[in-house]
Amino acid sequence: MALMTDRKRVIGLGSAKSGTDHFWKTTITAVALLIITPMFLFSFGPLLGEPYADVQAALSRPFPAVSAALMLIVGFYHFRLGIQMVIEDYMQGLSRKIAIIVMACISYGLMAFGLVSLAQIAL
Amino acid sequence: MVQFTLPRNSKIITGKTWPKPEGATNVRKFQIYRWNPDDGKNPQVDTYFVDMDTCGPMVLDALIKIKNEIDPTLTFRRSCREGICGSCAMNIDGINTLACIYGMDEIKGDVKIYPLPHMPVVKDLIPDLTHFYAQHASIMPWLETKTQRPEKEWRQSIEDRKKLDGLYECVMCASCSTSCPSYWWNGDRYLGPAALLHAYRWLIDSRDEATGERLDELEDPFKLYRCHTIMNCAKTCPKGLNPAKAIASIKKMMVERQL
Repeated sequence: MALMTDRKRVIGLGSAKSGTDHFWKTTITAVALLIITPMFLFSFGPLLGEPYADVQAALSRPFPAVSAALMLIVGFYHFRLGIQMVIEDYMQGLSRKIAIIVMACISYGLMAFGLVSLAQIAL
Repeated sequence: MVQFTLPRNSKIITGKTWPKPEGATNVRKFQIYRWNPDDGKNPQVDTYFVDMDTCGPMVLDALIKIKNEIDPTLTFRRSCREGICGSCAMNIDGINTLACIYGMDEIKGDVKIYPLPHMPVVKDLIPDLTHFYAQHASIMPWLETKTQRPEKEWRQSIEDRKKLDGLYECVMCASCSTSCPSYWWNGDRYLGPAALLHAYRWLIDSRDEATGERLDELEDPFKLYRCHTIMNCAKTCPKGLNPAKAIASIKKMMVERQL
């Protein structure tokens, strides 16, 4: 154990002067998802199991397409914020940093994949 | 850091069973965590039997009786025996609380007593609270002013004084912080419910002039934002306080100064 005072140990590297932005964005996206999730479920849910042509026709209309796009964008962004919080809770050191980067790539990757797929179906 | 299993030398083993008091008819069984840093052994749980007809009603009464009459090596902190000093905080029947104000009639079955969870143990029921106290000191638990000191006193309205109710009563027993999973996993950086409750006590003090600096110091993903509103702190507080609400209020202040 390093020879340092208890106070020095608590101070560490000092305050990061950040965190509120992450907290506020998580709150905003959570509230947004309260509205977007039912929109998405009601517009996309009935399409499950339907013929491709019907799905394509439905997703060509603005409301289902926008609902699905918002769900992908806001949902995966909220997921990225949340998973970062979980990683910070349970991991430490280099593995924490790597896990945050990997999960950010996966989140944005899935978001992009979903949006491109949606565009291909709808357009 | 998260650990799902105890290190080998921390695994608790069954300890000594002390004899029952002779002639007693109203006997209660106590299972108490014991660890001595000097003997090199693993922690153990000793079993004691206490004659309840000659014992006071609180858990601390039984602990003192055990120490006085059965096993003088049993080690624990205590001082005021009325919930003011915060010394006798320990885990009783699975709840972090003060032994002096926790009645044995509230416990069903055997009385199981352990030190406060997830803290280094000094001996038996005594946790090492050095880091906890240093965290408290770091939030500047005093009135900070820049205006020239008034001749008599810093005045405060009755309404503003009322805002401190539910905050100033904290006795720093550490029951809340040691019940918080976020504090277990990241206690080195997360300040914990007790220190944050005290931080809020000074943040909303109408006389304090360091609100901005205090918020600056707290704005950190770990110092403050490890709180996920688990609410163990509010549930366990032996004084009936609500640190989780205080922390939520700090977060609200953080947002308010940005929007």
